This record gives sequence, C-alpha cells and structure tokens, in this order.
Amino acid sequence: MADCTESKIDIRGCKVHMRRGGSGEPALFLHGASGVAGWIPAFQSLAETYDLMVPDHPTYGRSDEPEWLDNMDDLAMFYLDLLDEMDLDGVHVIGNSLGGWLAMEIAVRSCIRIKSLTLIGSAGIRIKGKPITDIFMMDPDDLVREIFVDQTFADNILNMKLTEEQTDIQIRNRVATARLGWQPRLFNPNLRKWLHRIIVPTHVIWGDSDKIVDPVYAAELGKVIAGAQVTIIEQAGHLPHIEKPQPFVDAVTGFIQTKAA
Amino acid sequence: MKVFAFHLMPYGALDMSFAEEYSSVWLKLPNSYFDPKIGHELYNRYLDELELAAELGFDGVCVNEHHQNAYGLMPSPVVMASALAAKTGDAKIAILGNAFGLREHPQTLAEEHAMIDCITGGRLITGMVRGVGCEYFSMGANPAFSLERHTEAHDLVVRAWTEAGPFAFEGKHYHFEYVNTWPRPYQQPHPPIWCPSQGSTETIQWAAHPDRKYTYLQTYSAFASVLRYLNMYRDVAHNMYGYEASSEQIAWCTPAYVAETDQQAIDEARPHIEMMFNTLLPKISQSMFVPPGYMSAASMKQIFAHKATLRGGQTIEDMIERGVIAVGSPDTVRDILTERHRQAGFDHLLLMPQFGTLPADLSEKNICLLATEVVPALKALGESDYIGFEPAAAAAAE
Repeated sequence: MADCTESKIDIRGCKVHMRRGGSGEPALFLHGASGVAGWIPAFQSLAETYDLMVPDHPTYGRSDEPEWLDNMDDLAMFYLDLLDEMDLDGVHVIGNSLGGWLAMEIAVRSCIRIKSLTLIGSAGIRIKGKPITDIFMMDPDDLVREIFVDQTFADNILNMKLTEEQTDIQIRNRVATARLGWQPRLFNPNLRKWLHRIIVPTHVIWGDSDKIVDPVYAAELGKVIAGAQVTIIEQAGHLPHIEKPQPFVDAVTGFIQTKAA
Repeated sequence: MKVFAFHLMPYGALDMSFAEEYSSVWLKLPNSYFDPKIGHELYNRYLDELELAAELGFDGVCVNEHHQNAYGLMPSPVVMASALAAKTGDAKIAILGNAFGLREHPQTLAEEHAMIDCITGGRLITGMVRGVGCEYFSMGANPAFSLERHTEAHDLVVRAWTEAGPFAFEGKHYHFEYVNTWPRPYQQPHPPIWCPSQGSTETIQWAAHPDRKYTYLQTYSAFASVLRYLNMYRDVAHNMYGYEASSEQIAWCTPAYVAETDQQAIDEARPHIEMMFNTLLPKISQSMFVPPGYMSAASMKQIFAHKATLRGGQTIEDMIERGVIAVGSPDTVRDILTERHRQAGFDHLLLMPQFGTLPADLSEKNICLLATEVVPALKALGESDYIGFEPAAAAAAE
C-alpha cells in the first residue's frame, strides 16, 4: 500500500500543494478544471508502480495564486520550471481534460524530461463544429451529472456536505479555469500547429460516453500526434480514472510497459 | 436635484410563447423573435419619448448597453446617444453606461464619446460599467479579468481624453503604440464619469476614490438596499478616504409611473411593469449571472450559498411596497420621491417612464404628467431637504 504524503513545494517562490506516493519511475498527474478529488483509488493503484505526484496547479486547490499566472502559456512554462527545480527525469506525464491540454502545452515546449504522455478526455484543440461542452454555461449540478455515466458518482458528489474550505476551493478552481480557458473556450488555436513536437510515446485515453469532450477528439489526437495509441474505456464518461479505475490503471501501465519502458 | 429620463428600450413586442421553450430572454433566445419592422417602430418611438422628456424639462436623457437580449435593445448606446444629440435641446445625454472593458479596443468608445461631446457642445455624461454576467458570454470577454480590464480601459480612456498625444499606452490587457484621440472632448478635462452598479463594494470604493469622485448610480432595487449602498458610498468617502462626499456624487434610478389616481396608476402600469420584472429580467441562470471571476470570491460564495437566481413572480404592490418602483397619482409619486431624497440625498434622480410592454399612449401620458406634476417639485429639492449623512447612524442601520 502506498499512501500519499502532502506537502508544499516551493518553485521559484510559488508554493505548490503536492500529493506524492509510491516508488518507481516518476509520474506526474495534471488535474482538470475541477481540481483534485483527493488520493483516489486510481492514484493508489498507480502508486504501486510509480512515484506518483499530483500537484494542485497554481491558483487551484491549496496552491499559491501567483501574480504572473495569466494564461495556459504561463502554466506550461511553470511546469517546465517545476520539472527542473525538482530535477525529475524520465517523467510519465498524465493529464486529464484541462490537464491534458496543459500536458500537451508542456510537451510541445520540451520533452527533455518527459518519458511518456497520457491524455485523458483532453481539452486543448478544437474540431470545428464539435465544441467542447460549455462548462461555464452549464448549471454546476447538471455538469456533475454530465461528467459521469454511473450516476451514483454524481449523487455522491452532489450529496456531499462541503466544508468552508472546500467551497472556497471550488470557487477558486472555477475562477482559475476561466482565467486559463474562457476565451477561446478551453483550447489554444495555435497548439495544433506544434503537436509534431511531441516526440515521446503518447497514449490517448477516453471514456466511450464522454459528454464533455466528445470521443471524436480521441480519434483526432490519435491522428495528429505521431504514433499515438488510442484506448477507449467502456461505460465511462469524462473522468474514466475515477469511474473505471482498474481498466484505466491497466491501460496506463500496460502502455508504458510496452511502449515507454 | 437634477432629474433625468432613463430608457431601456425593451423589446416589448416579444411573442410570449417563447417561454414554452426558453427560460430567459437573455443570450440564447433566438433573434428570430426580433421583428425588424417592429424594431424600427420601437426604436423611433422610444427616441421620441426621450426627446419629449427633454422638451418638457427633464434635465437629461439616459441610455445604456446590453447585448443579445429582449430586455434592452441597445448593444450600442452610442448610436442612440448620437440619434438624440440633435433633438434634445440643452438636456444632458447620459450613456449609463458603456462597457469599455468588454471591448478589445476601448479607444473607439473614447473617440465616439468625444465626438458626441463635441457635437452636443458638452452635454455628454459617460457611464462606465463592466456589463452584466451574460455579456461575458456574448462578447467573449474573460470574466476572470473583468475588473482589471475595466480599470485599465478607464485609465486608457481618461488619458486619451486628457493627455496630449500621441503617446504609447502600456497596460497589461491593452497596449497601443499610438494614442492620439481626435477629436478631444468638448468638456474639460473630460465628460463627467458615472458608475452605475447594482450594488458592488468594489465599484463603490473605486468610484469614491479621491482621484475620481465619480457619481455612483444605484440601479433599481428595493429602497432599503438603495439607501444602504448610497450610504456606503458616503461612508467609504468618509472613513476610507477622509472626505465628505457631495450629493452630486450620488444618483438613483427607478421606474416611475403616474396617472390621475393611485388606483388608476396601478391598474395601468401593472401588466407592463410585471412583464418587465417577471419576464424580461428573471430566470437568468446562476452560471450566466455570475460567470467565474466577475465578482469577488466572497460575493460569489454568497450567491452560490443562496442558489440565487432572479426568479420573477413579483406583483406591482410588492414592488411599490419595497420601493423598487414609484407608482401613483402625481401627489403620491412626488411625496415618495421627496421622502426618498430626504433619506438618501441623491442629487441625481433617473426616472424610467417606460418599462416592459408599456404602450406608446401610456408612456407619453406618463412622461407628460411626470414632467408637469412631479419633476418641477423634485428639481427644487436641495441639500437642505436631505437629513444629512451620519456615519454612526448608517453603521447602526447595517
């Protein structure tokens, strides 16, 4: 069993809240718009194979809100700083949704410290006529329902009594996501031009019933990122790592063992 | 006191069957519901109403900005202010307001306002607003930068009006190599700037700052909260900035309807005012009303906690009771507004004589009655008719 420890890591004056557990090759999980829902079963499983790090992005969760953070470019550059400062090499970067977009932005800038890339229900590019669901327009409760196939997950979240701190974090996360992805909505029109710079084995994982970022994006990313492999997880929505942890973990570790060992 | 006539220019001809399919008249109500031929008639009628108000002695006429909705048909109040310029005599023309920070290029608004000010020989009042939440969806502006862009656009515009150009404006959101506004505004150093708001602490503190001392305009709401926010302005001036705010820095806007008797006024206004408050305003979803970052985290938290949406279901009696609107015979309305002034001391009062579906004949009658029976008495009110601001009393009332 590899439980996580939580600590603050100082990266050039910005304190990042970091969850870390397990041992093995380093793996960095980049969360999506709604932040990190604790040390979930999928993290626990991954930590049996990897040294798994799950930070709150700056301005999200319990991390600092640095003045310089205005857009996704800033956040990607920050994570290159983080990899340097922590002196991590051969990192398996795993990004979900907005975190997938971030993972691509980091990788097109530099893959030097990255060993593989896993994109889950990723935002970041736009297929004309197939917009990502407008998460800012939707009622927050409806959004929770849309994210999952199995509504017991939604029920559990919606019935949760939030602490004062959790409510504050929810609001911070919403504002942080608007800051990064309001206009244009959760993509970078220039990113597609540079995806050929991703030169590490890339794995695109999608829930077959993702109602936030349609699975057509899985096929598109599989096509535009050279050599990418696509895995569709059955009966899963936008967060397959939460809804189907075991198939998800098997997919991640299986890919890394065969393609990025 | 100066009394103005304010118009929202609503699409009063809305086919009410829209409600079967759409929950709100904002942002997503298809524009197929707008009939341009009716729009042509409404625009010209509404302009006539404001011109009539100016002719009959209102001190000014006011227009504002909203996008993609049936509530107010003025995505560009500059167009309406221009149309009003030639036919409003000496009356002020107040744009309350324009959302400068929603624009990628606020300089265009600085130029247009300067043009109107020159054309009218200095009759322009410029209102600066951030726009309502929905407008961050319709204009694609990022609400997380709303306040930053608003203040930066303001700085750009004021410098464009007051500094000799060309100069470079080097902001975070706006960067222009050549700022050299032709024409310069007629009024020196620049047109008065007002800050309309639904009651935001950030706006009040910003407007009241000694470098600005801008007139704060409280838009219509229950009079108890009107009084609270207007007193908050005076209180901020006193406690935060160490000066006494002048009543010229205080303004309030309210729908007003006058008829021969109290009951007749209520009967005539009822369907139209209830249509405005129950159909045109409400049911904006929380997500559209408060996009992330538009308000401070503390204000957002409060709204989420109360699951606040504008729900509708208001009756005219309830709105009169809470002081959202002033309706009745000339005597009644004069007394109500005189009493409000006695308590709040606003030196500018904006009356909205047309609302919702109120038709042309009633709007015109209302404007005439207000102008002849109510406005003259209000204009005579001054500082001596105001009880005065007592910081201690205001604090106790909180």
